[in-house]
Amino acid sequence: MGQTLYDKLWNKHYIGDVDGDGLLYIDRHLIHEVTSPQAFDGLNQYGRRVRRPDLTIATMDHSISTRSTSLDACGPKNALQLKTLVENCKQHGIVLYPVGDANQGIVHVMGPELGLIHPGMTVVCGDSHTATHGALGTLAFGIGTSDVEHVLASQTIRQSKAKNMRVVFSGKPGTGVVAKDLILALIGKIGHAGGTGYVIEYSGDTLSHLSVEGRMTICNMSIEAGAKAGLIAPDDITLAYLKGKPFAPKGEAWEASCLAYKALHSDADAVFDEEVHIDVSRLAPQVTWGTNPGQVAGIDQVIPSPDSFDDALMTASAKKALAYMALTEGTAFSDIPISHVFIGSCTNSRIEDLRAAADIARKGHVAKGVKAIVVPGSAKVKEQAETEGLDEVFKTAGFEWRLPGCSMCLGMNDDVLHEGDRCASTSNRNFEGRQGRGSRTHLVSPAMAAGAAIAGHFVDVRTL
Amino acid sequence: MTPLNKVVSHVIPLLEDNIDTDQLLPKQFLTEISRAGFGKHLLHDRRYLDQHESVPNPDCVLNQKAYKTASILITGKNFGCGSSREHAPWALADFGISVIIGKGFADIFYANCLNNQILPIVLPDEVVNALALRAQSTPGAEVTVDLSLQTVSFDSSVITFSIPEHHRANLLNGVDKIGRTLQEHDRIKAYEALHNI
Repeated sequence: MGQTLYDKLWNKHYIGDVDGDGLLYIDRHLIHEVTSPQAFDGLNQYGRRVRRPDLTIATMDHSISTRSTSLDACGPKNALQLKTLVENCKQHGIVLYPVGDANQGIVHVMGPELGLIHPGMTVVCGDSHTATHGALGTLAFGIGTSDVEHVLASQTIRQSKAKNMRVVFSGKPGTGVVAKDLILALIGKIGHAGGTGYVIEYSGDTLSHLSVEGRMTICNMSIEAGAKAGLIAPDDITLAYLKGKPFAPKGEAWEASCLAYKALHSDADAVFDEEVHIDVSRLAPQVTWGTNPGQVAGIDQVIPSPDSFDDALMTASAKKALAYMALTEGTAFSDIPISHVFIGSCTNSRIEDLRAAADIARKGHVAKGVKAIVVPGSAKVKEQAETEGLDEVFKTAGFEWRLPGCSMCLGMNDDVLHEGDRCASTSNRNFEGRQGRGSRTHLVSPAMAAGAAIAGHFVDVRTL
Repeated sequence: MTPLNKVVSHVIPLLEDNIDTDQLLPKQFLTEISRAGFGKHLLHDRRYLDQHESVPNPDCVLNQKAYKTASILITGKNFGCGSSREHAPWALADFGISVIIGKGFADIFYANCLNNQILPIVLPDEVVNALALRAQSTPGAEVTVDLSLQTVSFDSSVITFSIPEHHRANLLNGVDKIGRTLQEHDRIKAYEALHNI
């Protein structure tokens, strides 16, 4: 029987069995300020060292200001956390890209754009959106702080093998329909926990229409379906993306690596435990209406009736969600006014996301009463956007242009929403209180977010 | 790590699906740099009527005297979904929870529980529903969880649960997993040599 890509990546990194767990070697460990301090504490407590600081890369993203490069900008607690990362990296010899550095950025934006992530790697980070890197054909997943400590100490992780799911996207997405819409539609179909226990491999002819950035958006939200990881077999698009990046293999090593990368795919006779097919050719831009990413509908639909679900639990969940979101069944999305727009996050803050949002921003001005911010994913994305003049496009249209970071996706800085605020957000989670206590989040693509900013309510970008 | 074996306690009923880690421990508490003291922030948004945690919400089960000292939590499907923040299980442990009985757990959260000597148990929906109902109607009613026997006992019922054997052994023995892995130094070194890493 053939192997899936996940099987191959697992086998390649499998060192052996330790007390019933598979011991996997980790090729790249990404760390940031929020989930690492207690891990370093643990190391110090036991007098352990970081086994491979050279395979570990740190950046600052979650707790930082998007208005100032001062580590003190968001108060003493954030400052202490950031300075603790500086100290820990210095003590253990780990390269850190701090605020203000040309390489700094959201960990899942910075890593791939620097060429630190190569097909065939195992990549972990103390962040659930680590599956982002699977877009380059890696086995990448989020871990808790105890496992961060484990990886720092041993450069390995102990795992049980997950099941294999294949998602086949077919058809060419229509104009205005992008990767974000594809992954939201998938989560809507399989549910918020539909991927629990699985690694998802995304495949199908649709992928040939998607850039690596778009593929990262898809893999990024694998966790929102509950999946351990999401990955995509490398192809010419992947190789073209990686070639020439600062930390990508060079010269002869590049040629040899390309041969190895191209062997990274599921065998034709590989058997998946689960298969899901989605035809995206007729898909509309998606908007979430509830409090988990699976509660989603096309912009051309209306807020569903809780009773329209077959499953009693989904009905109950929809009722609760609509109460929290202050929405009524049957309402058209275009009749829902918004107060805030957030364009950013590890899901949608790459250059093509900003280009798509800017294309819409050129068509108007942020509506009265709406506060809209654009937060590039990294210093490099910011620089590129400014080279292209996108910052001026946004500012002219009434958007705020900020410094790179996680920002309002989770609001660990001062970019938070307040009770009753309603936000069109390009981030990944619409949980109760995610962006601020009592706030209401609708997940959309960058163009849809920009469209909502200008209209003051949700709007079908295909009509703009 | 402190070994975990038998837990006898009354039970907190929190029978909802999809309680995510953002709810268990909101982001404003993630700036702490130690593992300690998160228990008072557990389920902050529903537990307190104000941001400063000075006005407890009397409707929240965690604030009700009958449940305050319980070590077992009952919940629904997909518990702990979302963020990988280990601060959520740290908050649960600091509150006093050592066993979570649910209809299902998110993967990262499940692993984080095991790393913190919290036992996650998946039981059939009807058993979980019955346990939650019992905890609501008789708040002091105890349940016994025995990890070595893999049983949950209450009244005259004895329910068997499954857990991978190595997870059970690690919890029972309070194994320092990192220390154990580091004993594999030679194998890790050999892998690095073989792959020229």
